[in-house]
Amino acid sequence: MAHRKTKGGATVSFRRYLFSTNHRVIGVQYLVLALVSVTIGTLLSLLMRIHLVWPDYIVPFHGPILPEDYLALVTIHGTIMLFFVLTTAPQSGFGNLILPSQIGARRMAFPVANAISFWLTATALLILLSSTFVPGGSAISGWTAYPPFSAIASAGPGQGFGMDMWLASIAVFAIAGTIGAINTLVTIIKLRCEGMTWDRIPLTVWGWFTAALLSVIAFSVLLAALLLLFCDRHAGTSFFVPTGDLVNGVIHAAGHPGNGSPLLWLHLFWFFGHPEVYIAILPGMGLTSMLLANFSRRRVFAYRMMIFTTLLIGFLGILLWGHHMFVAGLNPYAASAFAVSTMAIAIPASAKVLSWLVTVWRSRPRYTTAMLFSLGFVSLFITGGLTGPVLAQPILDEYLHNTFFVVAHFHLIMAMAGIFGLFAATYYWFPLMSGRFMSERLGRLHFWTTIVGAYATFLPMHLTGLMGEPRHYAQLIGVPNAAGHLLAGTLPLNRFITWSAIFLATAQLLFFANLIHSLYRGKIAPPNPWQATTLEWHPALHPNAPFETSDGRIVVYRQPCEYLATAGEELILPQWRSDGIPNIKPE
Amino acid sequence: MIPFSIQLGTFALSLATWGLPFDASTHGPAVDRHLLLNLWIILGLAALAHLILLVGLIARRRAEATSWHVEYLPLAALAILFAFLTIRAERLWAAARYTGADLSALQVQVVGEQFAWYFRYPGTDYTFGVTKPQLVDAGAGNPLGIDPADNHGADDIVTSELVLPANREVDLRINSLDVIHGFSVPEMRLKQNAVPGMTIHIHFTPKVPGTYAILCTQVCGMGHYRMNANLRVLPAEKFAAWLTAKQKAVQR
Ligand SMILES: [Cu+2]
Ligand SMILES: [Cu+2]
Repeated sequence: MAHRKTKGGATVSFRRYLFSTNHRVIGVQYLVLALVSVTIGTLLSLLMRIHLVWPDYIVPFHGPILPEDYLALVTIHGTIMLFFVLTTAPQSGFGNLILPSQIGARRMAFPVANAISFWLTATALLILLSSTFVPGGSAISGWTAYPPFSAIASAGPGQGFGMDMWLASIAVFAIAGTIGAINTLVTIIKLRCEGMTWDRIPLTVWGWFTAALLSVIAFSVLLAALLLLFCDRHAGTSFFVPTGDLVNGVIHAAGHPGNGSPLLWLHLFWFFGHPEVYIAILPGMGLTSMLLANFSRRRVFAYRMMIFTTLLIGFLGILLWGHHMFVAGLNPYAASAFAVSTMAIAIPASAKVLSWLVTVWRSRPRYTTAMLFSLGFVSLFITGGLTGPVLAQPILDEYLHNTFFVVAHFHLIMAMAGIFGLFAATYYWFPLMSGRFMSERLGRLHFWTTIVGAYATFLPMHLTGLMGEPRHYAQLIGVPNAAGHLLAGTLPLNRFITWSAIFLATAQLLFFANLIHSLYRGKIAPPNPWQATTLEWHPALHPNAPFETSDGRIVVYRQPCEYLATAGEELILPQWRSDGIPNIKPE
Repeated sequence: MIPFSIQLGTFALSLATWGLPFDASTHGPAVDRHLLLNLWIILGLAALAHLILLVGLIARRRAEATSWHVEYLPLAALAILFAFLTIRAERLWAAARYTGADLSALQVQVVGEQFAWYFRYPGTDYTFGVTKPQLVDAGAGNPLGIDPADNHGADDIVTSELVLPANREVDLRINSLDVIHGFSVPEMRLKQNAVPGMTIHIHFTPKVPGTYAILCTQVCGMGHYRMNANLRVLPAEKFAAWLTAKQKAVQR
């Protein structure tokens, strides 16, 4: 951001950058928050992996990992990754940074609400992290927090004050997410520039739009559920606790007229939880379409169909929460219905994959790092997505539910594909943020190590899951009975997975090195360095363009990703040009 | 030392079954067949998609595709494939879950609590006695809170391992005293959450005698990983002898 230099020094820039209402500054703030979160979340997952295969490992400054420590690691890892990384970075981070420019707006609709939303998110993260230090430690009931385990403080260490803080953190996050989503929706609906009709909006914006719609619906239901759970814990209600529930020798809700049902929580939670995974992945899907097209110099194949499938995935996404409940005590007929609605989503998802494959088919694309990560996204989306229909069949889910097969599925499709989308976004938009390129050589190395590490880590988990390894097990060694035998059988593969995870995490140092190096030493990027067609690369919106003079009218004339190939020469047709401009190769 | 050829053989076998554990129930083989069909299909689709991606990247540049056939034909094929899998799966699910157990099925109650499984057989009167949470006292030998005021409870047998006869249908009624647990028997291809406040029935027929693992598959607290029990499947006559011995012990 090129602000005019103001005298007054530190305090002014402190105000300007810390409590800024500028969408780009807020976007960067979200990204920094997500980067901190992903670092913590990754370290927690490494501790889990190490403990699973070397249970005697003593953590420096902590001691051995006790079973409750392991469950706290699982809970905080899941919570932090899903909320503060996979929701925050694509939707709030890149959403703020790029979205207004891509529709030709100069700001978000509600700048102050935007800043408030960020600081609420930061507060939520702080609450979550500090729950480690309260008596009993962090919550241990997983990111899904099923009651009565989450409703009764004596159900486990961490279920007391730690659980309250978890509730507070997610509630604050839900409020922030709702504000942010409304801001996104209003911005897209009201602030599009002249000529930016609905079918000319880039697919990234459609991703943000659909994710924001889902956020408004999902987070409000989650907020209600959190409130009910809080009341069960502290106000003597029993929405989720049945009469006569006996936890740790104490009968709860005895003589209570209300007979609560834990299943009510599952319905409310998964009504939020399933759309949540689409909130995490839809922006990445949109970006993938745009980047594949741009680096292939091709139109996005079946553009209107891609808009339609984005909305259809969002719509179906709120109709299939019951597939998390096939063995939870759901009516078996309901399970059948949810199986059909879940299978149905395979169709628009397949349509997306087909469009990606056709778009790059015989295109000889330019293999920039951003393009590589987009291709990686496609690969992971296919591999991780195909296990979805398997898990959608109740009779198969009966065997696979809560095994590592499920862990493998959602880590490939949501976590890894999601992260690949974020890496593509970072390499692609870095010149826009800093005016410099990230190192392509380091980038390529980062891509190859990361995709090898991702597959080596998560593919074998399908097999340990098929062998019967359940989730949330603090130990695989030293378990009594026939179960011990079953679990021990997965150990060789689990050791391999742990080594792969260590490799995968270590490879990310390349990314940090690249980020820091390129920020100061990166090659200077010309305007529109990727020869892109979308508005964020409009010369008037370039970071080196003076802020005050960049109020020239922006008009859009065409759909994104239009290119003309005449004999020997390429012509790119940016959305803002009524005529084409020749494709000047940077090298 | 196990001969190398046998090692190789078992490895090949475990590859062919994707590492699935032994299948000891009567409904299991059909589930396994459907699961393996699914796995081979998605492996094939994943390979095909990656092949198309790679070939498309390597081959010489050509004008972009505009024909809608490349979208709708594969999409229609996939829709038919997924519909076929759904129907097959729903039939298996309906067979397993839409109807209850036969009236002649052996009745056993499964109760989860932090961090143990208990199993209750109704005894000679074929009726489970009333239980009350305030009477639960594992130390005094009454982990399920069977009410002594109810005569039906006097002959109930409570065990910490599940013992079943081979080739007889079993009707399990599953519930939990405290939090949600996951009743799971991988070798029987069975899983059902135990939910406090609810009694959920599942039924199945164990086929092969042996000892199998019962796990907890819903995170329920710090002892979740060691909340397990053995399932012992016995030939019919041995089971009858086991039950008689247990009944005698209760009546004494
Ligand atoms: Cu879901
Ligand atoms: Cu349990």
